[in-house]
Amino acid sequence: MHSRFFLLILIIAGLVVAFVPLSFRPIAPQERTFRIGARQFAYSPSELKVNPGDKVTIQLVSTDVVHGLYIDGYDISIEADPGQTAALNFFADKPGSFRFRCNVTCGAMHPFMIGKLTVGSNQWLYRSIGLSIIAAISLFFIRSTRPSDRQLPITIY
Amino acid sequence: MELTRLPILKPALKSRYPQLAVFIVMLAGYIFAILAGFIGTPVGSRNFSIVFVWIAWWAILILVAVPFFGRGWCAVCPIPLPGEWLQRGAVLNPPDKKPKWLNLRWPKFLRNIWLQNISFLLLALFSSVLLTTPNITAIILAAMLFAAIGLSMVFERRSFCRYLCPVGGFIGLYSQTAPIELRIKEKQVCVVCDGKPCYNGSQTGYGCPWDVFPGGLRKNTYCGLCMECIRTCPHDNIAINLRPFSADLAKPSARIDEAFKAFIMLASAMIYAGVLLGPWGALKDAAYNVGTSAWLIYAIIFLAIIFAVLPGFFALGILKTKSALPLKQRFASFATALIPLGLMFWVAFSLSFVLTNASYILASLSDPLGLGWNLFGTASTAWKPMLTSILAPAQTLALVGGLIWSARTAQKAANEIKSSSIPVITFCFIVTLVMLWLLL
Repeated sequence: MHSRFFLLILIIAGLVVAFVPLSFRPIAPQERTFRIGARQFAYSPSELKVNPGDKVTIQLVSTDVVHGLYIDGYDISIEADPGQTAALNFFADKPGSFRFRCNVTCGAMHPFMIGKLTVGSNQWLYRSIGLSIIAAISLFFIRSTRPSDRQLPITIY
Repeated sequence: MELTRLPILKPALKSRYPQLAVFIVMLAGYIFAILAGFIGTPVGSRNFSIVFVWIAWWAILILVAVPFFGRGWCAVCPIPLPGEWLQRGAVLNPPDKKPKWLNLRWPKFLRNIWLQNISFLLLALFSSVLLTTPNITAIILAAMLFAAIGLSMVFERRSFCRYLCPVGGFIGLYSQTAPIELRIKEKQVCVVCDGKPCYNGSQTGYGCPWDVFPGGLRKNTYCGLCMECIRTCPHDNIAINLRPFSADLAKPSARIDEAFKAFIMLASAMIYAGVLLGPWGALKDAAYNVGTSAWLIYAIIFLAIIFAVLPGFFALGILKTKSALPLKQRFASFATALIPLGLMFWVAFSLSFVLTNASYILASLSDPLGLGWNLFGTASTAWKPMLTSILAPAQTLALVGGLIWSARTAQKAANEIKSSSIPVITFCFIVTLVMLWLLL
C-alpha cells in the first residue's frame, strides 16, 4: 500500500514538473538589438538572451559568403549577402530555448552553423533536471522496496 | 514469444531469395552512394551520399533498427556481400567444391572488439569532415567495402563484420537492449547434434558467418542475425524470439573491451552534441580543420574524455564500493549500465540532427547528384526543420528514460556482483544532466 502511494506521488510530481506552467516575475518588455556576425561556420555572438515580450531586432552581417539565420520555433528567417547587413524584427512571445541556424547552404559545415536564443528561462532544461531528480529518487525507492530486501516470513518444513 | 512460429516468417527466413532481394537493393544503394560521393556535387546537403547515409540511414539505424531490431541492420548490410560471395564461390546455396582462398582463423589476440573501438574512434575524430564532405564519405564507404573483400580473401567467415567494422561494434553493444533475439529452443538438442552444421555448415547452408556457435548464444552482441543457422539446423532448433527490452543486460559483461565501447559511445554522443549541435564556433572550427593545431588539441581532448575523464570518474566512484570482485571486473560489470544510457544519448542527439535536416531527403531523392535533375518533382523542396516543437520534450523523454533504464541496469548489475549501485547511478545522473544542458 505504501509503495503504491509513493509511486502515485512520484507520478504526480513528474506530471507537475513536466507540464505545470512556470511563472516568473514579469519584466517590462524592452527593445533589444543584436548585431550578429556570420562567418563559415559560426555566429558571433552565438548565444542571445531576451525576456518574454521583448521586441527583438537582429542585424545579421555576413563576413564571407551568403549566410542566413532561421530561428527554430519562431519559423522566421533572414539572409545576408557578403558585407551586407540584413535585419530581422520579431516579438519574443514564445518562452524557452531555441536554436537559430544558417538556412543558406554556405559550405561543408553549414548544417552545424548554429546559435542559441533563450527567451526568458530555458524551461525545458529546468523541467528535465526536475524529472531526472524525481527519476533518481524513485529508483532509490524501488531499490529499497525490492522483494529481496523485504522481510519474508520464515517457513519451516 | 517465438516469432519463427508465425507461418509467414519461417519460410521467408529459410528461403535465401527474400534476403537476397533486400541485399541487392542495399548493395545497389551503397554503390550508388559511393559513386554519388565521387561524381556528384561537393555540396553535402545536395549529395545522395551525405543525405542518404548520414541523415536517412542514420535515422533508421539509431532511431528504429538498433533499439527495436538489434543487429537487424547487419542482417541486410551490403558491405560483406561481395567478399562473402567471393569467399564462398557462390551467391546462394553452398557450392559442391570449397573455393580456394586462404581461409585463415582470425588471430587469437585480436578476438575482441578493440579493433572496432579503434576503427570507430578513427572515424569519430574526422567526423566533422566525414559527415559533410561527399568524396570523403565515398572514400570511407569504398574503403569499408574493399576491406571486407580483402579480409574475406584472407580470413574465414565475416571477419570484417565481427572484428573490424566501426558500425558493427556499437550495433552489437546496443543490440543487447533490443526486444528481439536469436536463440536455440532446446539446449540438449544442440549437445547431441552430430557435426554441428549451424557452426560448421552443411549442404543446406553455411557455417555461422559470425563465428558463433548458436548453442552457446547468451547475448545478442555477436550474432549478426544472418539467419544461416535457421537454414542449416537439421532439428529446427533455432528461434527468433520477442523478449523484454535489455534482457541481455541482466547478466553484466566482464569484458574490458566491451566496457570501453560503452564509454566510447557515451562520450562520443556528448562530444558530438557539444561540437555539432552547440553554439560554439571555435569547437566546430577545431573539429573541422583536420591537421591544424586546433584539431590536434580537439583530438587529444576527445580521446582524453573517452579514455581518461569519464572512465576515471566512473572508476573513482566504484573504487570504494564493497565487493569481492577486483576493480577491473567491477568496472567492466558496471559499465554494462551505461549501455541503455548511451543508446538514449544517441537517440536524443540524432532526433535533433535528423529532424532538422530530414527535408534534404526529398530534394536529394529527385536530384541525388546535385546536377539539376528533378526525377520525382521534389528537387526544389525547401529546407525546413521538422517537428521542432516536440524536439525538446522528445529529447527529455529519451534522456530521462535512459537514466531510469541505466539506473535499473546498474541495480541489477550490483545485485549480480554483490556491490552498491549508488556511485554508478550518480555517474549516470551527472552525465545525463550534462547531456540535457548540451541539447536543450
